[in-house]
Amino acid sequence: MNRIGKKPAIVLWIPVFLCSSGGVRAGDWPQFRGPGGTGVSPEVNLPTNWSATENVRWKADLPGRGLSSPVVADGRVYITACTGYRERRLHVLCFDAASGKKLWERQLAATGSTTCNAKTSIAAATPVTDGERVYALFASGDLVCLDKSGDLIWYRSLAGDYPLITNQVGMAASPILWKELLFLPMENVGDSFAAALDKRTGQNRWKLERSRGINWVTPQILMNGDRAEVLFQTEKDTTAYEPETGKKIWSYGANNPSAVVSAFTGEDLIFVPGQDFVALRRGPNGGSPTSVWKSSKLRPVYASALHHQGFVYVLGHAGILTCAEAASGKVLWQERLKKGNYWASPIAADGRIYAVNEDGVTSVIKPGEHPTNLSTNDIGANVLATPAIAGGAIYLRSDHCLFCIANNRS
Amino acid sequence: MKHNSAVGLAALALSWSIVNASARGGSDVGTILTQIKAVGREGSGNVEAGKAWKELSRCEPNALPTILSAFDGADPTAANWLRLAVDTIADRAVASGKALPATDLESFALNKDHDAAARRLAYEWLARVDPKAPERLLPAMLHDPSVELRRDAVARVLGQAKARAEKKDTSGAVAEFRRALSGARDKDQVDLISKELKALGAEVDLAAHFGFIQKWMLIGPFDNSAGAGFEKEYAPEKVVDLAATHEGKKNLRIAWKEYKTGNPYGLVDLNKVLGKNMGAVAYAFATVTSPVEQPVELRAASNNAVKIFLNGKLIFFREEYHHGMEMDQHAGSGTLKPGRNEILIKVCQNEQKEDWAQMWSFQLRTCDSVGSALPGTQSAQRHTDGAGERRAER
Repeated sequence: MNRIGKKPAIVLWIPVFLCSSGGVRAGDWPQFRGPGGTGVSPEVNLPTNWSATENVRWKADLPGRGLSSPVVADGRVYITACTGYRERRLHVLCFDAASGKKLWERQLAATGSTTCNAKTSIAAATPVTDGERVYALFASGDLVCLDKSGDLIWYRSLAGDYPLITNQVGMAASPILWKELLFLPMENVGDSFAAALDKRTGQNRWKLERSRGINWVTPQILMNGDRAEVLFQTEKDTTAYEPETGKKIWSYGANNPSAVVSAFTGEDLIFVPGQDFVALRRGPNGGSPTSVWKSSKLRPVYASALHHQGFVYVLGHAGILTCAEAASGKVLWQERLKKGNYWASPIAADGRIYAVNEDGVTSVIKPGEHPTNLSTNDIGANVLATPAIAGGAIYLRSDHCLFCIANNRS
Repeated sequence: MKHNSAVGLAALALSWSIVNASARGGSDVGTILTQIKAVGREGSGNVEAGKAWKELSRCEPNALPTILSAFDGADPTAANWLRLAVDTIADRAVASGKALPATDLESFALNKDHDAAARRLAYEWLARVDPKAPERLLPAMLHDPSVELRRDAVARVLGQAKARAEKKDTSGAVAEFRRALSGARDKDQVDLISKELKALGAEVDLAAHFGFIQKWMLIGPFDNSAGAGFEKEYAPEKVVDLAATHEGKKNLRIAWKEYKTGNPYGLVDLNKVLGKNMGAVAYAFATVTSPVEQPVELRAASNNAVKIFLNGKLIFFREEYHHGMEMDQHAGSGTLKPGRNEILIKVCQNEQKEDWAQMWSFQLRTCDSVGSALPGTQSAQRHTDGAGERRAER
């Protein structure tokens, strides 16, 4: 018996996401982990089986490495990459989602440090789009806003503005959008901050000092009734701020939050991965949240966790997928996926979970009380980036190629 | 790189007149470029620059040399605004079948008075429309002030050297590898050339090639418990007196030690020289003799937090521990004076317990902005440097 579908999820933020980004439609994938950063797409009729040649709608060459995910809106796929000695040349590319034709490519010269661990890349942060414009942040602190035709709207060198920014493992947290604001997660070892920029001009609306430490957590927009909160997270704390002002609303740090994996919501709870994985319920009148349950069995390492249809899914680095009841934290099952290292976050759509390992093998799981491994699909190229889903297709990004996987239309 | 401002201005003035006819219904291109180059910190000037950029991007391809000339004197932020304009104009021209001004781009790429990044950009677009351009231009770029152009020129000679090696022309291959090495500044290329030369029985003095300092005077450990030593000014930051002893960590009397590393990349393992210490500070002192006043970059690498001083002036600091060590990851700029110059690096080890957090080491080299070792001599002789009078400047 399949439990999924019995408990309709209380997902509060998808409607918020839709009204916050006018040019983005349901079925687009506008930011890291898709709509609202949930990792869940409403798309259906997605492929279950593919290979390097089967069900590949198109494959596009990329100029260089990157760990950034593709983002998709209004029939365009945007992605970043970097090239050159020490990855000092930064690229933003736009492809036609239907054909894979490259529509344009723009380049920047890195203005900040490009020292990073060999596993990561200067093109690690996923860009974000509102459908009209794309905003790309690189680990060197270079931040650019281009319109969908590739015209420059504005550019900033954050390393020029704040020279003490430093994370020599490599920055990787992604910016997100909310209404007219672009939120920057710039927590690092030196000049550590979070900021909101006017997305039209790139100028600061607010900038807050944050605790120092290497960090890769992408912020989230949460809804508390009709009020939005932007959530930034470091190892010290998970803190909610008013998006428009940067005023602190609440903070939680008792579980030593993850410096890698973002918080997320579901079941009217806020899930914060960390030393303990905790589920928080908001306090009355915007007060500090309290812990509803915590679990030491749910330990995401690099891949962000997933809430889908009443369950929480956590993918370990070695490929153990754990399912727990979102309401209670009770672990229901663990499933070993295809052997390999898992860096990319799992995503869900069409009643399935997709999890890709470093070797480019994607396990497709039909979750439930007893999970079913539907298929394992080898794309034949290494994959560290979280896939995207849009327009009936799954996008996989390797070091040198972008794959659009879709069922044959015949 | 050097800029010949007179040449640059003349070229700019000439090109502006061309571009004015090209920009559609808009402002004077000089005004447009000025607005773009006025972008400042934290997005100041972005609104005006955004409007100016839109106008600039409508220019015909013959505006490209003018826009490239505007890189001269532009800060890195403005240079990226200009780069995006060049790419947008050129990309659309190529897509619509319009010709790029290849002759002007080639002249621009060859003119070393222009900004190195702009010259490289001109070269890349030229190579897109004229595939024979690299073979024509690269032979003269082996010692180019543009590190990117130089890199391609080195790669070309490397290919020639390998071809000779494959034909068993050992002496010819060695000569070609040596020629490639003379231009190579990027570590990956230098390492590759060095390996090839070694296989052919020829040696490379990597330390001399890169300008690594191998002879140091070292002192430590001072205390860095809880990271407090990074900000604390211990005696060597005030006065370098190589004859003096100081109170170090745990009240130990510590003295300067002469040390020469045999590592070809100038790596100094402080755990070996000063003993295994956690929560500790070490100082390394060296002198460099320069024949003339000249700009210098002190490029360092360390897994530890560092401060770098040149002639008593702090020119770089980074308080970051165990996040990786990569040659040239740190760089401070300054000026060498004629004669003797003092270099001091402070290397702080923290108290992390993980296996990967035990390294306490550094490397440092002196070079120009391209990465070429500077002519000069190095010394670190105990008691005979005349050090001891200097007070640290701030």
